[in-house]
Amino acid sequence: MLDAITSMVVNGVTIEAIDKGHDGGTGRPILFLHPGIGIDAAAPVLAALAKGGRVIAPSHPGFGTSQLPQGMTSIDDVSYFYLDLLDQLDLRDVLVVGVGLGGWIAAEIATKNSTRLSRLVMANAVGVKIGDRETRDIVDIWALMPEEFDQLAWFDPKAGARDYKNLPEAESLSAARNREATARLCWSPYMHNPKLKNRLHRIKAPTLFLWGMADRILSETYGRAYCGLIAGARFEPIEKAGHFPHLEQPEEFARKVLAFADAAAPAAPRIRRA
Amino acid sequence: MQVYYFTEQPYYPAWNNHSGSLRVNLPNSVVDPKIAGDLFHRYYDEWKIADELGYNIMVNEHHQTATCMSSTVIVGLSVLARETKKARILVLGYPIGHRPDPLRCAEELATIDVISRGRLDMGFIKGVPYEFPASNQNPVAVMGRFWEAHDFILKAMTSHDAPFNWEGEFFHYRQVNVWPRPVQAPHPPVWTTTGNKAQARLLGEKGYVMATLGSGYATRPLYDSYRAGYLAKWKRPAPADRVAYLGLVAVAEDETEARRRGELVAGYLRSSAIVHVPFRNPPGFLTVDDNARMLRGQSAPRSFTKDGRAVNMHHGSVQDLIDAGILFCGTPDQVTQQILDFTEYCGGMGNLLMMGHAGFLSHEDTVSNLTMFSQEVMPRLKAYKQPVPEATAA
Repeated sequence: MLDAITSMVVNGVTIEAIDKGHDGGTGRPILFLHPGIGIDAAAPVLAALAKGGRVIAPSHPGFGTSQLPQGMTSIDDVSYFYLDLLDQLDLRDVLVVGVGLGGWIAAEIATKNSTRLSRLVMANAVGVKIGDRETRDIVDIWALMPEEFDQLAWFDPKAGARDYKNLPEAESLSAARNREATARLCWSPYMHNPKLKNRLHRIKAPTLFLWGMADRILSETYGRAYCGLIAGARFEPIEKAGHFPHLEQPEEFARKVLAFADAAAPAAPRIRRA
Repeated sequence: MQVYYFTEQPYYPAWNNHSGSLRVNLPNSVVDPKIAGDLFHRYYDEWKIADELGYNIMVNEHHQTATCMSSTVIVGLSVLARETKKARILVLGYPIGHRPDPLRCAEELATIDVISRGRLDMGFIKGVPYEFPASNQNPVAVMGRFWEAHDFILKAMTSHDAPFNWEGEFFHYRQVNVWPRPVQAPHPPVWTTTGNKAQARLLGEKGYVMATLGSGYATRPLYDSYRAGYLAKWKRPAPADRVAYLGLVAVAEDETEARRRGELVAGYLRSSAIVHVPFRNPPGFLTVDDNARMLRGQSAPRSFTKDGRAVNMHHGSVQDLIDAGILFCGTPDQVTQQILDFTEYCGGMGNLLMMGHAGFLSHEDTVSNLTMFSQEVMPRLKAYKQPVPEATAA
């Protein structure tokens, strides 16, 4: 079994990726798309997901140590990059799991081309505008102190605190790149694509919304409204978790994802709606 | 040496009435528009006096802040283009990377050049960190947008025979034809600012006037980088008029009074960094390497005295600021000597951007400061023979 941080070249762009649970090609491919804070190879959620398939968790272009190709300035661009990645690896029946910004990428991928996808999991996803123009759906994270962010984003704010002063240089560089890369993609329009709402009807893959209920960067109202825009999508709360349920409740997160993936394929997605 | 008189046009009555942030999120209910009007008229009157006293003039803009009421340079330039007669009018600067429409910038600046009868100096700037939350311009890779806006504005000012087409990464036009064209040919002089050596070298290659702000005795390496770039491109040493320095100035008949004024003028430094912390470093404003160093708690000091002592420009005493070359303060003789010492240290510096008013300095003190400087310091600066360029080019 391979279990490694690897690098792959897609369209001439070298990215780093965690490739976990690869058993020689028979395991169900799971593309894990990280939120703006990036991905840690040691995150327990990856091992938990790997019990149900081959987890491929790249650092998005411009994040971690992944290269940033010329002109990649939007989530729209990033979603095309991942469609190329799926083609290049010739992955089929892919379970795509995205958290936060990664959930937005997942939706953008699925609206463009679902042929390589089996199912979609979007956890505490950003990406659409729900409220009116004077209602800020998503807290302005760049107007927050780090400790304020932790208070709003985590069920247990202490879990989010990082000792930045004593980080190894490589990790502080990744943290700085992740912050910049998130702003490159999400600064304005803030954390959403105004076009996406009118494209969500194109998502044909069965979709599960997971929601860390203690998230105060996004509201439950936002999550349920977003979920309601995708035909047949189901909303499942995760308690004692905030904006990063994959980090605060990794076992439950993985269990829900894999149970959803293992459920018999419905005859018609729309009928599944509870 | 040329001297440009500058004030940030502060709304200083708010300086004692904030909750930890003078910029971006200080509610405008704090402003009494009638008092703001009084202050604007006062500041324009002082620039008019400066014009009569033989100064050039510098204006700027910031946004959503009690430190600077000017939110668009175009208003100040428009007033001064007609109200003043002799002064060159420098905008330093115009944050063109933030503006949605560089054609509008080119039209405004060309018109001001025409109305002022060719007295405009065009300073283009990136803008301080706090401008990004205000304008909502993405700070990441803003310099790409800045340079495209710059290229476009210069092309718009120098194209005279037919409308041209522009389909760039950021801006799109099909029929560009600026009316009227600027009176200075080929276009008004370009100025900009930097605190970065690589950028300084690039500016030397372009031959633009490069200004540094409050860089004190950390200025020389920037000027040397500029000079290296200039020499490489133009095959001759950079003249002293290619570099500019913004310093605070407080002069008076006796040292006690000068120090009192210096204390008030230093109010600019002490207020300018009072900003809600997250707005001080938006993502992408600094490089990834600099941000990673900051995360690890390794921020290098910016300001030094002549003998290498680090000075915090926002909290330093008047004496610290004098020692660091940030504030020129004292009797006319002392101020002249301080400026000339600093200029020698720089290897030549041809444009003093003089912040001669800040904060609570009254109209009477400001006029006195300007008058005494113009009568007793400026003539000596104008007569000063800059170091021979050859001696500093290496």
